[in-house]
Amino acid sequence: MESASSPSYKASTNSVETIPALVVRDLRKNYGTTIAVDGISFDVKQNEIVGLLGPNGAGKTTTINMMLGVLEPTAGSITINGIDLARHRSQALEHTNFAAVYAPLPGNLTVAENLRIFGLLYGVPNLSERIEEMIETFDLQKFRNTKCGVLSSGEQTRSGLAKALLNKPPLLLLDEPTASLDPSAARYIRETIVAFVHKSSVGVLWTSHNMYEVTDVCGRVLFLSKGKILLEGDPNKLPALHGKSSLEELFVTVAREPLTLEASTLEVPSA
Amino acid sequence: MNVRRSYAIVLRIFYLMRGSFTRVFPLFAWAAIDIVLWGFITRYLDTIQSTFNFVSTLLGAVLLWDFFTRAMFGISTSFFEDVWSRNFLNIFATPLRLSEYLTGLVAASMVTSFFGLVIMLALAALVFGLWIFSYGVLVVVIVLGLFLFGIAFGIFAIGIVLRLGPAAEWFIWPMPAVLAPIAAVFYPVAALPVWLQVFARLLPASYLFEALRAIIAGRVVPMDQIWIGCALAAVYVVLASWFFRQMYLHAVRTGLVARYSAETVS
Repeated sequence: MESASSPSYKASTNSVETIPALVVRDLRKNYGTTIAVDGISFDVKQNEIVGLLGPNGAGKTTTINMMLGVLEPTAGSITINGIDLARHRSQALEHTNFAAVYAPLPGNLTVAENLRIFGLLYGVPNLSERIEEMIETFDLQKFRNTKCGVLSSGEQTRSGLAKALLNKPPLLLLDEPTASLDPSAARYIRETIVAFVHKSSVGVLWTSHNMYEVTDVCGRVLFLSKGKILLEGDPNKLPALHGKSSLEELFVTVAREPLTLEASTLEVPSA
Repeated sequence: MNVRRSYAIVLRIFYLMRGSFTRVFPLFAWAAIDIVLWGFITRYLDTIQSTFNFVSTLLGAVLLWDFFTRAMFGISTSFFEDVWSRNFLNIFATPLRLSEYLTGLVAASMVTSFFGLVIMLALAALVFGLWIFSYGVLVVVIVLGLFLFGIAFGIFAIGIVLRLGPAAEWFIWPMPAVLAPIAAVFYPVAALPVWLQVFARLLPASYLFEALRAIIAGRVVPMDQIWIGCALAAVYVVLASWFFRQMYLHAVRTGLVARYSAETVS
C-alpha cells in the first residue's frame, strides 16, 4: 500500500458551468424484496473525480452497472452528458466508457484488434490515429499484437484503460481500476487518468478500496452503505468531520457501524 | 442503425477466424465428411436400382441440411465467442443496439455458412457429379429460404442461452439433429405419422425440401411450397429476433448481462 504522503495529482474541481457528466436522481434497484440501491441521487461534474466508496455489497457495482445500461433501474433516472439513459440508451452510452477489473478485454484478440473493435462500437473518429495514441499513452507498443489473455494483470489493466479512454468519454466509470496492481503500476495508472481528466474535461466515477488512492485522486467521495449514500464530501476533510483520523478509519466505521454515522450525519453540517 | 457497429461484430469474428485452424476447420470439415459418407452411400444405392436418383435426392438434401446447420451455428458460435471470452459486459455497455448486434451476427453467419456451402458444392460436384444448381434458379431460392430458417433458429437458440446461462450451450448443438426427422429432409411429410405432420408443417424446411424433391424428380414445381417455406422462414426471423430481445430485456432487468462476466470471474 502506498504512503499517504505520495504526491497528490488530484483533478481540479474548478469546473466551469457546463452540463454535468452524470446526473443520478432517486436511483433504486430492487431484486425482489432485496433493495440493492435505495434511492440515491448525485452528480458528477466535468473535470471532477468522484469516489464511490463502500464495503462489499454496498451497491457500488450495481450502481455502475445501471449507468452502463446493462442493468435496468427499478426507479429513478440517469443522465449522461445531458442525455437520458433510459430513453436514449445508445446515444447516452456514446458519451461514456468504463474499465473494471472483472471485465477484461477478450483474451482471444490482440490489444490492437480489441481497440479497433471497441473503437468501431463507440464510433471513434480517426480510429487508427486514436489507437496509436492510446497504445503510446499506456505504453503498450510491445503488446500491440499480443493476445490480451496472455498479458500480465498490469498490462491487462492498461489495455482496459486504453479501451476506456478510446472515445474520450465525457463520463468515465472506473470500478477498482488499480486493483491487483503493484504500487508503481497503480501510481502510473492514476497519473495517466488524472492527466486525461485535466486535458479532456471528463467526469470520473471511481470505485476503490484503497483509501490512500481515493484521498489522492478524488475531489469528492460518496460513501455508500446498504444501497444508500451515507456520507458525501471532500476525502481530506470528511474523516475529521466525523471524528476519525483517516478515510480508512471512516470506511471501517461505515462498513461496521453505519448506524452510528447516520446519527452523526444528522448533527454534522454537510462537508 | 449504425453499420459501423455491425461491421465491428463481423470484424471480431474475422479476427478470431484469421489464423485459427480450430475455428476455420469446423466450417467445412464435418459437412465435408457428411458429403463423402452420403455420397458413397447414395452412389452405391444408385448401382442396385435405377428408378430413383439417390445421389441427387439424398445427397442434395444432406448438402442443403448441412448448409442450414452451418447458418444456424454461424449465429450461435459467434454469440458463444462473447460468452466464452466473458465479453458480455464490455459489448453490451457500448452504444451497440440489439438490432446492430444481430445484424452483425447474421452477416458473420452469412460469410461462414456460404464458405462452407462452396466447399460442400465443390466436393459434391467434383467427387459425386452432383451440381445442385443445375436444377435451376429455384434451388437458389430454396437455399436462401433455408439460410433464413437457419438464421431464425440460430437467433432463437442464442435467446435460450441468454436466458438459461452458458451451460445451455449444450442444448443448442444437437438441435438440428432433433429437428431433422420432422423437417422432411430425406422423406416426404406424408411419411410421418399424422400427429408429427402437424409439427412438420410448422417448419419452413419441410416445404422447401418437398419442393427440392419435386424439382429433382422433374415433377411440377410446387411454387406455393417454396413461397410458404420462404415466407414462414422470414416470419420466424422476426419472431426469433423478438424472442431474443425479450430475453435480453429480461437479462438487463435481472442483472444477468452484468453477472455473465462478473460472476464467472469471482
